[in-house]
Amino acid sequence: MQIDLSEEQRLLRDTCREFADKELRPNAKKWDREHRFPAEAVKKLFELGLGGVAVPSEWGGAGMDNVSYALAIEEISRGCASTGVTLSVNNSLYCDPIAKYGTDGQKESFLTPYARGEKLGCFGLTEPQAGSDAAEQRTTAVRKGDSYLINGTKNWITNGPVADAIVLFTMTDLSKGTKGITCFVVETKTPGFVRQKADEKLGICASPSCTIFFENMEVPISQRLGQEGDGFKIAMSTLDGGRIGIGAQAIGIGRAAFEEARDYSKIRKTFDIPIFQHQAIQFMLADMATALDAARLLVLRAAWLKDQGKRHTRESSMAKLFASEAANRVADKAVQIHGGMGYSKELDVERHFRDARITEIYEGTSEIQRLVISNLLLK
Amino acid sequence: MDFSITEEQRQLVETARKFTRERIIPVAQKLDEHGTFPIDICKEGWELGLMNVEIPSEYGGLGLSCLDHVLMMEEINYGCAGIGTTLAGNNLACMPLLLGGSEEQKRHYLGMLTEAPIFAAYACSEPDAGSDVAGMRTTVRKVGDEYVMTGQKRWITNGGYASWYSVFGRIGDPKDRHKGVTCFVVPRDLPGVSVGKKEDKLGQRASNTTDVLFEEVKLTRKNLVGGEGEGFKIAMKTFDRSRPWIAAGATGIMRRALDESRRYALERKAFGQPIAQFQAIQFMLAEMAMKYEATRLLMLKAAWSIGEGRIDAIESSYAKAFGADSAMAVATDAVQIFGGYGYTKEYPVEKLMRDAKLLQIYEGTSQIQRMVIARNLLAQGA
Amino acid sequence: MFEPSESQRLIRETARNYAQGSLTRIASELDREARFPAAQLGELAELGLMGINVPEAYGGAAAGAVAHALAMKEIAQGCASTAVTMGVNNMVAETICRFGTDAQKKRYVPEITSGRFVAASFALSEAQSGSDAGALRTTARRDGSGFVLNGSKQWITSGDRAGVLIVWARTEQSAAKPAKGISAFLVEGGAKGLHAGRHEDKMGLRASSTVPLTLEDVRVPATALLGNVGDGFRIALSALDGGRIGIASQAIGIASAALEESLQYAKDRRTFGQPIANHQAIRFMLADVATELEAARLLVLRAAAFKEAERPFTREASMAKVFATEKANHACDVAVQIHGGYGYVSEFAAERHYRDVRVTTIYEGTSEVQRFVIAREALK
Ligand SMILES: Cc1cc2nc3c(=O)[nH]c(=O)nc-3n(C[C@H](O)[C@H](O)[C@H](O)COP(=O)(O)OP(=O)(O)OC[C@H]3O[C@@H](n4cnc5c(N)ncnc54)[C@H](O)[C@@H]3O)c2cc1C
Ligand SMILES: Cc1cc2nc3c(=O)[nH]c(=O)nc-3n(C[C@H](O)[C@H](O)[C@H](O)COP(=O)(O)OP(=O)(O)OC[C@H]3O[C@@H](n4cnc5c(N)ncnc54)[C@H](O)[C@@H]3O)c2cc1C
Ligand SMILES: Cc1cc2nc3c(=O)[nH]c(=O)nc-3n(C[C@H](O)[C@H](O)[C@H](O)COP(=O)(O)OP(=O)(O)OC[C@H]3O[C@@H](n4cnc5c(N)ncnc54)[C@H](O)[C@@H]3O)c2cc1C
Repeated sequence: MQIDLSEEQRLLRDTCREFADKELRPNAKKWDREHRFPAEAVKKLFELGLGGVAVPSEWGGAGMDNVSYALAIEEISRGCASTGVTLSVNNSLYCDPIAKYGTDGQKESFLTPYARGEKLGCFGLTEPQAGSDAAEQRTTAVRKGDSYLINGTKNWITNGPVADAIVLFTMTDLSKGTKGITCFVVETKTPGFVRQKADEKLGICASPSCTIFFENMEVPISQRLGQEGDGFKIAMSTLDGGRIGIGAQAIGIGRAAFEEARDYSKIRKTFDIPIFQHQAIQFMLADMATALDAARLLVLRAAWLKDQGKRHTRESSMAKLFASEAANRVADKAVQIHGGMGYSKELDVERHFRDARITEIYEGTSEIQRLVISNLLLK
Repeated sequence: MDFSITEEQRQLVETARKFTRERIIPVAQKLDEHGTFPIDICKEGWELGLMNVEIPSEYGGLGLSCLDHVLMMEEINYGCAGIGTTLAGNNLACMPLLLGGSEEQKRHYLGMLTEAPIFAAYACSEPDAGSDVAGMRTTVRKVGDEYVMTGQKRWITNGGYASWYSVFGRIGDPKDRHKGVTCFVVPRDLPGVSVGKKEDKLGQRASNTTDVLFEEVKLTRKNLVGGEGEGFKIAMKTFDRSRPWIAAGATGIMRRALDESRRYALERKAFGQPIAQFQAIQFMLAEMAMKYEATRLLMLKAAWSIGEGRIDAIESSYAKAFGADSAMAVATDAVQIFGGYGYTKEYPVEKLMRDAKLLQIYEGTSQIQRMVIARNLLAQGA
Repeated sequence: MFEPSESQRLIRETARNYAQGSLTRIASELDREARFPAAQLGELAELGLMGINVPEAYGGAAAGAVAHALAMKEIAQGCASTAVTMGVNNMVAETICRFGTDAQKKRYVPEITSGRFVAASFALSEAQSGSDAGALRTTARRDGSGFVLNGSKQWITSGDRAGVLIVWARTEQSAAKPAKGISAFLVEGGAKGLHAGRHEDKMGLRASSTVPLTLEDVRVPATALLGNVGDGFRIALSALDGGRIGIASQAIGIASAALEESLQYAKDRRTFGQPIANHQAIRFMLADVATELEAARLLVLRAAAFKEAERPFTREASMAKVFATEKANHACDVAVQIHGGYGYVSEFAAERHYRDVRVTTIYEGTSEVQRFVIAREALK
């Protein structure tokens, strides 16, 4: 195993870091407050090739590896967590399954423009009664000649309000349980695709998400990803990759919070000395930095395994679980170190605290990661 | 709402504290090292009225309340949790009789304990049934008016020294789970009763923990405590009343850990100053003090409720779970404050850490307490 | 030993009924609109909750510190913003009763307890001095028989709404013992030269008002001095000891709401064919939260009982505050987690509790400051 980054990886990381410092950090607070999707910044990032970092170049991607992808998401999320998840969803949850399971025809229409960053994708798995228990899908797809009629509801769909296409999970055979789940890729302009108003959230407020209704939406058979019944497998393997992205997002948020706390502790004085000199503060910072480093190593290991084409379910879950919980602890301590200022929206740390909280919930809650890990351990 | 204790309670605490200081602390380490049963100390404690304290005066006891009991137990455990557990073992054996025993049983068996400094034990756990009490396999066959008990009990505190046992066995089919569990009081000298191997333990080494074996032991109705099939209920009611005692084990250990750590932190120097000057050490001490106080309040509340006749399983479990987990954390921190010395037998804190561990295991593990708590919570307002 | 008295029970029931009847319904709206709960505060005054531990002669309920803690918990369970505002009102009323002259008490306390003053403020913190209150820089210069105050204050709860504010200022610039030169003054809302700045835009407690204040040549008569010259720091610490019991109670109130909602949600929400309440991971979270809140509640009641019995309670109050507020944060974190995605959206109260509770480990002495106090007492 190599511990140093390659030249290419380092370059991408530095580019993203610079971008985050210049374009994201100065604006993220405003976007959060106004609940505004940072379309311009996303566009620029796409121009940098971040629409499909690990998508092969023949399909419009940057043709890099997943380690690079994780590094990029961390840096972007350090600047703006909402932008981080926007990219993560397009890369991991949208492009990845099409690259893996799509036909060449599907790739041409549904992968290339998205990996190039001309268009934006989203991922529709969750339903009101099917969150952790993704097998409880109630959205139905009924075969009618050469197409399917889709009816149902998806909720919390990140990028939903602005996306051009969705990787969508449905039930083609309710009697078969998970074996009856089938995946499609569908453009959002398709008749019958109906968006609700954007969700009002605790954090990642610049990442729009919404509920989507499907009302007799007709989708040609050519847009089915894989075979009937392959959907659950596609969803689970897609999440294995997605969790690497969320782990990286969490580290980015944690690092932003950490850096602010570190800097603040040097300038803020109590009892005549900078608070950095109080051991209680020093030790908090030491714990924060340690947790973030450990988290990054777990994330990079999972990404590296994916690059090797090895199974990485357990490693992705560990990375996501550990990184998301570490990020929350770090953000919490960062607020604490800021005292009253940490509670004010004037500083970014308040946002980091709210943003971090989602990472323990989406793409499988912490409990679900623990279930995945323990099930694999006990096998 | 008033958090003070009565004059009698203060005197009881004073007596126990003096006894602990003068008789227990000087020998605790030796007893621990050799795993010696503290028989002489128990005899002295018995003379002073520190044993079997919850036995009512009708049977020659002091009839103290659970609140009195835990206040006293904190003091004993401050000196040695192994001795604390030994005393608790007797009280635990008495509880099924107090809850379900006949007048005659109480007079006879409880009287034995108040007449002489002897021991009794509570025999419920088995090699394959600890947390899962209803999974016990000791069987009781009914032969006419008589009962025949066969089985193996494990982890029995005072097992090797007891003159009688409160034993739980099963009448009927194992598939009936808790329904068939029945309690008996069994004299040690009955044919078929024997003591098995003694455990060599991590901590609380002065307490005696053994297997107790029952081979075709013939019993009569005189041995039956409560009715047939009432054993499970008796065992659970016993735990509701005994778990605050374990919390007292926790408060004793924590207060000792705190006192020792405080003293050491003020004396020990590093980087040219007492380590008590380092905020990291100060904050550890603050945390320890807080855990001690919070446990103590939970313990007092649970014990008080029992005395008021408003016994509530959830309160006993709060005190036991929080207390045991806190004691483990506090004792571990105490070792940390002592650094390398904490890891040696030169100071008492390593023993505290070993002793504390048992609190999370017996009388229902910390996990089992959480199950009890959650069940009660979810049942509220249902 | 653990039984509330009849009057304590009465106050608790009054507060509970009001909270459950009126506050719970409106809390999320107040939060969303960041609306100051003026009407609610008036109603609380009518119920006698603005001077719970204040003598009847000044319109108080004279029900003691335990009753105060019980009431704070109930009100916070309904609306944390309303609770902190009520808490500060009570703290100011109590502090004036404790240290004020007869004239001061007569003039201000009935205004607060009756609700004629919708709020009162405790103006200690400054931009450069929070934990280290002894370093404050606002000055009070003698001027004839009175004083002239200059400086600025930060994070003042209800600062723009208060009929009266206790303002701490430096009457002496002694470098050796900076805390010695601090005095406390009663400044009336609307005093000339007193300006409130822009409302802080906060993570939570959005319906409470938090503002910076500037004092430009604010002239007060000698009779505005609370206690003696140089008593200020002592007054502040003593008030904060009591205030900490209030904040600990507030935290428990918020957490209790979170726990109740979690229990209900866990029974209703199903995954993998059963209510999530059947998953052990969820049950253990609930058990831990319930245990921690029970311990917290007892620590708070003990501190309050000590205060009521006029025993020293600094250590007890600090323990109650740090323990209760940290466990309450845990409880609200668990509530978000148990609600899954629904915990992250404003449709459910869990999201608000999570934001509201976060400040409790910060104000009226951060957790670090409490640990500091506890350790100091332990090492004595
Ligand atoms: C902002 C946001 C963006 C999102 N983006 C997307 C998206 O783009 N696409 C998409 O498909 N989904 C998305 N989601 C949905 C997200 O993945 C789900 O919220 C998540 O999977 C949890 O499901 P749930 O909310 O239904 O919680 P539930 O499944 O109802 O879980 C409730 C609680 O029970 C616990 N639990 C459940 N089962 C068990 C068990 N067996 N053992 C122990 N504990 C258990 C959970 O951990 C949780 O604590 C998003 C959610 C949010 C909030
Ligand atoms: C020194 C000592 C003295 C003792 N004294 C007595 C005595 O006097 N009389 C007596 O009858 N017994 C006594 N015991 C026995 C004690 O009560 C049991 O050890 C205890 O109940 C645990 O049972 P076990 O050891 O069989 O562990 P198990 O029940 O096998 O448990 C193993 C692990 O699994 C966990 N676990 C079990 N079930 C669940 C579940 N449903 N969910 C989650 N986790 C679970 C447990 O918490 C534990 O971590 C004593 C034990 C010791 C060590
Ligand atoms: C919503 C809100 C309402 C408020 N209401 C009021 C009010 O009504 N009246 C009022 O006077 N004030 C009020 N405050 C101010 C509040 O009391 C302070 O924010 C608090 O005391 C912390 O001070 P600070 O923000 O200056 O943090 P700082 O003192 O700057 O502390 C920064 C960090 O350093 C740590 N630290 C400081 N000293 C030490 C040390 N010696 N050892 C270890 N760690 C240390 C702190 O714990 C914290 O983590 C309010 C604050 C908020 C957020």
